[in-house]
Amino acid sequence: MVKFIIRRFFELIPVLLIAISITFFMVRLAPGGPFTAEKSFSEEAIARLNEHYGLDKPILVQYGNYLLNVVKGDLGPSFQYPSRTVNEIISESFPVSLELGAWAMLFAIVVGLVSGIVASLRPNTIQDHVPMGIAMTGICMPSFVLGPILILVFGLWLGWFNASGWETASDRVLPVITLGAAYAAYIARLTRGSMLEVLPSDYIRTARAKGLSEKAVILRHTLKNALLPVVSFLGPATAGIITGSFVVETIFNIPGMGRMFVLGAFNRDYTLILGLVVFFALLVVVFNAFVDILLGLLNPKTRQHS
Amino acid sequence: MSRKNETIQKSSLWEDSWKQLRKNRAAIAGLIILIILIIASAAAPLLTPYSFEQQDLALGASPPSASHWLGTDVLGRDLFTRLLYGGRTSFLVGICATVVSLLIGVPYGAISGYVGGRTDSIMMRIVDILYTMPFTILVIILMVVFGRNILLMFAAIGAIQWLVMARIIRGQVLALRKQAFVEAAVAIGASHRRIIFKHIIPNVLGIIIVYTTLTIPRVMLMETFLSFLGLGIQPPMSSWGLLIRDGASVMESYPWLLISPAIVFSLTLFSMNFLGDGLRDALDPRFSKGKS
Amino acid sequence: MNKTLLLIAALSVLCIAAGCARRETRVEAGNRDQILHLGNLSEPRDLDPHIVTGVSACNILSALLEGLVAEEPGKSGAAERWDVSSDGMVYTFHLRQNAKWSNGDPVTADDFVFSYQRILSPALGSPYAYMLHVLKNAKAFNTGELPDFGKVGVKAIDFQTLELTLESPTPSFLSQLNHWSWFPVHPPTILKHGAMDEMGTKWTAPENYVGNGPFKLKSWKQNSSIVVETNPHYWDRDTVRLKEIHFYPIGDHKIEERSFRAGQLHVTGTIPLERVQYYKDRHPELLRLDPYLRSYYYLLNVSKPPLNDPRVRKALALSIDREKIARYVTRSGEQPAFSFTPPHIGNYKPPTPFQRDIPAAKQLLAEAGYPNGEGFPELTLLFHTSDLHTRVAEVIQQMWKETLGIHIELENVEWKVYQSRRKNKVYEIARAEWVADYADPASFLEIWQTGGGNNHSGWSSPEYDRLIQKASQTLDETQRLETFRQAETILLNELPIIPLLFLPSKSLIQPSVKGWKPSILDHHPYKHIYLEAQER
Repeated sequence: MVKFIIRRFFELIPVLLIAISITFFMVRLAPGGPFTAEKSFSEEAIARLNEHYGLDKPILVQYGNYLLNVVKGDLGPSFQYPSRTVNEIISESFPVSLELGAWAMLFAIVVGLVSGIVASLRPNTIQDHVPMGIAMTGICMPSFVLGPILILVFGLWLGWFNASGWETASDRVLPVITLGAAYAAYIARLTRGSMLEVLPSDYIRTARAKGLSEKAVILRHTLKNALLPVVSFLGPATAGIITGSFVVETIFNIPGMGRMFVLGAFNRDYTLILGLVVFFALLVVVFNAFVDILLGLLNPKTRQHS
Repeated sequence: MSRKNETIQKSSLWEDSWKQLRKNRAAIAGLIILIILIIASAAAPLLTPYSFEQQDLALGASPPSASHWLGTDVLGRDLFTRLLYGGRTSFLVGICATVVSLLIGVPYGAISGYVGGRTDSIMMRIVDILYTMPFTILVIILMVVFGRNILLMFAAIGAIQWLVMARIIRGQVLALRKQAFVEAAVAIGASHRRIIFKHIIPNVLGIIIVYTTLTIPRVMLMETFLSFLGLGIQPPMSSWGLLIRDGASVMESYPWLLISPAIVFSLTLFSMNFLGDGLRDALDPRFSKGKS
Repeated sequence: MNKTLLLIAALSVLCIAAGCARRETRVEAGNRDQILHLGNLSEPRDLDPHIVTGVSACNILSALLEGLVAEEPGKSGAAERWDVSSDGMVYTFHLRQNAKWSNGDPVTADDFVFSYQRILSPALGSPYAYMLHVLKNAKAFNTGELPDFGKVGVKAIDFQTLELTLESPTPSFLSQLNHWSWFPVHPPTILKHGAMDEMGTKWTAPENYVGNGPFKLKSWKQNSSIVVETNPHYWDRDTVRLKEIHFYPIGDHKIEERSFRAGQLHVTGTIPLERVQYYKDRHPELLRLDPYLRSYYYLLNVSKPPLNDPRVRKALALSIDREKIARYVTRSGEQPAFSFTPPHIGNYKPPTPFQRDIPAAKQLLAEAGYPNGEGFPELTLLFHTSDLHTRVAEVIQQMWKETLGIHIELENVEWKVYQSRRKNKVYEIARAEWVADYADPASFLEIWQTGGGNNHSGWSSPEYDRLIQKASQTLDETQRLETFRQAETILLNELPIIPLLFLPSKSLIQPSVKGWKPSILDHHPYKHIYLEAQER
């Protein structure tokens, strides 16, 4: 296990380096720079700004300087918000997205797993069709439809919640449901699908033949194997969900990271995009390492071999 | 086993599957609905007297009526017509981009999981890197380099959607590889190609089908974001995703502009899903083994 | 299973708890405590008046800082009174004795000198430094040609007397002073957090900010809210009745409108297109549509054939039914535009040399060699994605097709792509709009001078340039406006642009908000605003 973690840690370095390099040159290729605006800045002003941010230096020098700063943990100043550094923006917006994402993931896993398992036990009956119908509706209903509907019903008609914002505890409810719903639906479908794959397997039959209780068969034997695709899905999904969703954060006006990422791209805020990519890459690698450990634990065969 | 025998068995397998599928009423209903929707979209000009861009500003957004079955949008364009034409875009994008993501994701994940070791590590780290790329910027650059192009849109969507698919397949294959029947195949000296295509892929087919039915709606909706960036279709042409997005933004004032696109979209996805489930059951080697 | 039950139970308890008590809304609480909640459209880049651009920053700066003159024309701000020399070249401002910064320091003439030196410093790269180029030698200093700020026309005669010398007589000078680029900054605060000409220092953080406006910065949560509270040192403290103002950057108009209805906002920054009719019919008392200095137009790239032919440009302009667009598409009190300058800037009456005229448009197109649109090349109309721009473009595409028989492709792109293509002239027809920086025709007409930074059409007319130059130096008001009229007539005959609509300022406003007056620049001095809940 320790060896595995150490190996993964060393794999992190090339991943980060490549991700930074590609993004670094990519953002500079996109048309329009950070200082392109409706009312044009004068040529002199743009030249001064470029000078201030070191954008006038040869691109390889900029690249080298950036890498050096990243090693020092400094992601640089934001171009769009001159008085803020990228580190500050991440440290302010990440906790918000993390909180939203963690709740949404919890909601998604609980609702998704339960309805997936329930549906798979009696395929093609009402017990299957109802949860799967709801799951499908969840998938069909994009957040930009579900969010506004929830706001209209629970925010405006019933008056239980605010229509936007991220201040009180009750402000968390609607965004968590909106964000979690799509993932819950995904998890439900994947769980049902792989439960149905696993249930007719030989070793489940053996387990049943051995006279184990149905509950034990399902929880101990079937679910463990059926979770493989769900877990593979959860790795990148968790990294994605806790770094924020642009759509949900926009609908509820939540000051999270997902909005920052997309707005950073729209604003051509080079350092902000890069900083977020670095941060995101870290999370993705860490979560996928987790998933690989989990996959190993869930699969008795691989465990025996290692 | 002689070659002749093999062909006989193969065709009977397909026949079995078809027989199996026909018994599944939900799947057949799904298939029929899909066929109707696809034909209706393709034959749009024959089914409606209006064109998708013809405006009637004075009429504006009007609720469903005898002359406009599903009502009209804010510029007085017939919604039924726009739905039919929008279906063309959505089917094209949904199916093509999903196929692209399957073509890349399935073999990639299967190879990564099957070969394992260092190759697996490298292949998966490449997926990680691509997963972290800022998609918005990527699309903007693709547009600048290649211009507006529907093929490019499939590529862009496929490029992002295959990543999760690859991870899921790889997880499955990793587990399958250690199972008795695969190890047996290795023991009798079967080629890797044969093992992957004969033993591994059929066993992950179920999850591929499930994931595909999950991907198609995602892709259809993703098209709206690409259209926002200018890569997708250009106004006045539309798509289901765009109609739903526009409908959602005016749902309080003109609810019919959201309801009928949403219903058509959901109907399509439900049909695909039932068909997908039916197909999976029908193609499942264990099911047919048990039955035949 | 138990976990699910628990979660469901927890959720239902939460819902019931939330539902039982009819909550006091933010607006109701605000009415009681004199706290104003405003929708502010977007997150400002910064709160440094020398760095920012855009309306949302301006809304906040006008609470935090105060220029020499006040919002209302002729009313005094930080300066109590002023004298103008007879040649209109020298303005002497006498600052208020009791004008103070929010930390208690007096506001002095030297502070203004420091501020103007700062915004003009080449190293700061201020985007709005050009606003100060009316000052003598300011442009030379700003571009770095003149290193000595002492030669720029800014002088502190004494502690409370500021003398500004202009490059040439500029009758619109006093209204220009309302722009935030002329607002002062507190020198010790700037210098404490960095060099004078250094951008992006921490002086704008809530714990550091020092301003001279009626309010001071209390907190700033990025993408969430900015809160300002009463400045106890403000010279006109007694007029100010609001205790706090909360600014919420809500970019999506639909979300803003929903928040308004949920009782979270007193005033919104705008209204979604579809909802205007609803409020007109049901709640006209909540709806505000006021004239505004905002011109919506199509920009033509005059270097691309066939748009290099004025007859083609005119045919395009003549064949658009603006009334129809205003009535059926935008539907929020927009006015059809037949000039570039809106009709309500003081005494200026813009010329309208053309009207909608389909036969004439067809005739012109035929003369240009495209009878009934035959052989007309396929042009592309570029705009950035938004409901309004898409709809207007779709309608105009249809109008041109029906009246002139020509087909125009629509191309929607993302904002920065649109900006950069416009700037690099990689377009044929492009959507554009202009919001005035100050209430004077100059703010509109100066942009079409040859080589102007915002003249992306490539159009150039020496006669036009001459008239604009002449007008900007004419002291006699009637003569000056007449010269502008002549210049605009040239512009409207040549038509490098197609004027379409004048957009109003749109907002929703709770009845409890008092003192919110219409303003053509959409500026609302917060010191005169207060909240008064209605009797139930």
